[in-house]
Amino acid sequence: MISDPAMPYPPSANPSPVLDDDQLLHVSLGPQHPSTHGVFRMNVVLDGETVVSLKPVFGYLHRNHEKIAEGITYLSSMPFTDRLDYICPLTNNWAYARAVETLAGIEVPERAEYIRVITGELTRLINHSAFAGFFMGDMGAWGSALMYAFRERELILDLFEELTGARMMSNFMRFGGCRSDLPEGWAARAKTLIDGFPAFLDELEKLLTGNEILLARTQDIGALPKETLINGGITGPMLRAAGVPYDLRKSRPYGIYDRFKFRVPIGEKGDCYDRFMMRFLEMRESISILQQAFEQLPEGEYINPKAKLRSFKPPVGEAYAAIECPKGELGFHLISDGTFNPFRYRIRPPSFINLTLLEDMCLGLDLADVVLILGSVDIVLGEVDR
Amino acid sequence: MTPDLPTILTRLQATLPAAAVAHRRNPGPSGQDSLLVAPEHLVAACRFLRDTPDLDFDLLTNVTGVDWPDPAKADAVAVPVEETPPPRGGFLEVVYQLFSTSRRAGPLVLRARTEDRQTRVKIPSVVEVYRSAEFQEREIYDLFGVVFTGHPDLRRILMWDEFEDHPMRKDYVAPDDYEYEPTPHDAVLEKAKPHYPAAP
Repeated sequence: MISDPAMPYPPSANPSPVLDDDQLLHVSLGPQHPSTHGVFRMNVVLDGETVVSLKPVFGYLHRNHEKIAEGITYLSSMPFTDRLDYICPLTNNWAYARAVETLAGIEVPERAEYIRVITGELTRLINHSAFAGFFMGDMGAWGSALMYAFRERELILDLFEELTGARMMSNFMRFGGCRSDLPEGWAARAKTLIDGFPAFLDELEKLLTGNEILLARTQDIGALPKETLINGGITGPMLRAAGVPYDLRKSRPYGIYDRFKFRVPIGEKGDCYDRFMMRFLEMRESISILQQAFEQLPEGEYINPKAKLRSFKPPVGEAYAAIECPKGELGFHLISDGTFNPFRYRIRPPSFINLTLLEDMCLGLDLADVVLILGSVDIVLGEVDR
Repeated sequence: MTPDLPTILTRLQATLPAAAVAHRRNPGPSGQDSLLVAPEHLVAACRFLRDTPDLDFDLLTNVTGVDWPDPAKADAVAVPVEETPPPRGGFLEVVYQLFSTSRRAGPLVLRARTEDRQTRVKIPSVVEVYRSAEFQEREIYDLFGVVFTGHPDLRRILMWDEFEDHPMRKDYVAPDDYEYEPTPHDAVLEKAKPHYPAAP
């Protein structure tokens, strides 16, 4: 069932289903369920196997990160951002650093921008390859594909560990640059890894994308018209799979993305298969960006020497800045009243807002498809619940 | 591309009553100025911004709730350009960031303010224009207590349903024990008390 794009009202505004209530089956799916990617719950109403209503329930991981941030300094929030989308902490760091830089008008040196692009695109590779593995798990192929993805992910995490000191909780970006320079020989090792990455993608694609079961399970499942998706605030690969060429790296260029030649892949139908393929195509573009970045990587400062870290006080004002993180648009809206702590610290989490249309996508499909559609949204609960 | 705010302001004032929209300057280096919209004209303003072909702000990215116990602070962050605001008490504010995917323009910042922080906390919901506000408005209702009139499903979203306060308010005081609720067991413990030796 597809909602009418001209009337993008939530289906919850509609009268309840025509069937008698006692003929319907109420299923509480989650929060402890392997298919919900964390502690996410859905109240699903089924007519036989068909979904007639689906209400997401959030908050199991809620720790009011935004309130905590109001009580601590700007820099102290940086390690907290690692815990938002814990698959890709480096892009979270980047988004927050960018928001503070916009708020306080801090320049970022060229080399720091390159380091950010390199770590950011490596993060995209991690996220998208792990996505492919988890998505196959949602389909019943639990384990094998994921282990293929994790094998490569671990190699990139080794690089991150060398660079930031931690595999995942990186706490690496600073206002005006990065915490440290690339270690000796890091760029060369990363380049070797990236040169070998397309071979891994070829292998994974050969095993997965033409698979008959994958095609049967994902094609024409969960598609919505692109007007509805834009209206629902969907961003990232989800939106591009439906054919909207909206990528912040091109649409609202930030950093040094205008120096790289890359294409924004777009899909046609926006079904689960398109979303799955979108991740593979984006990884190929990321590899191309990485290769160009390693080629162009200049010498210089890794952090703006004038940028203050301790006793940092941005001027009064507000700023919204966002980057294209692997899951969509990750934005931060900061309001400063001229003190050491932010007056308001708001995160625009892509995972959370991409779930707005989950019910629309699932109505009229089977319960097994709900698991797939949720998988194709690619959520991380650390970011959904904050 | 930053949108041309004065032009949009003039066009909005031509469509809506002129007093409904005011320009607010951002004193910080980000230069993201905003438009303060009277709550009763907010939905009409959003509809105009979305449906006018050469504006085409089709994506409502972000909705932020802000609690301003001190209105002077709010006017320091969003400085009045033309009008002198009448003296008033604290209020809750909702900030909307709009983008145009086709024209690649944005952010266009709208702000709407409630009358006070206690009882007159209503702002019309923009869900009928921008569906992306659905969960975000629920979140602001949950954490700040702004009541969005016309929202199709205004319930708590991050806190549990039985929770009573709004934790993002500036004057919120966290309880000592979030989990405490009286249980039948308390009565049993009370009855059992005389049987235990008194504390030294």
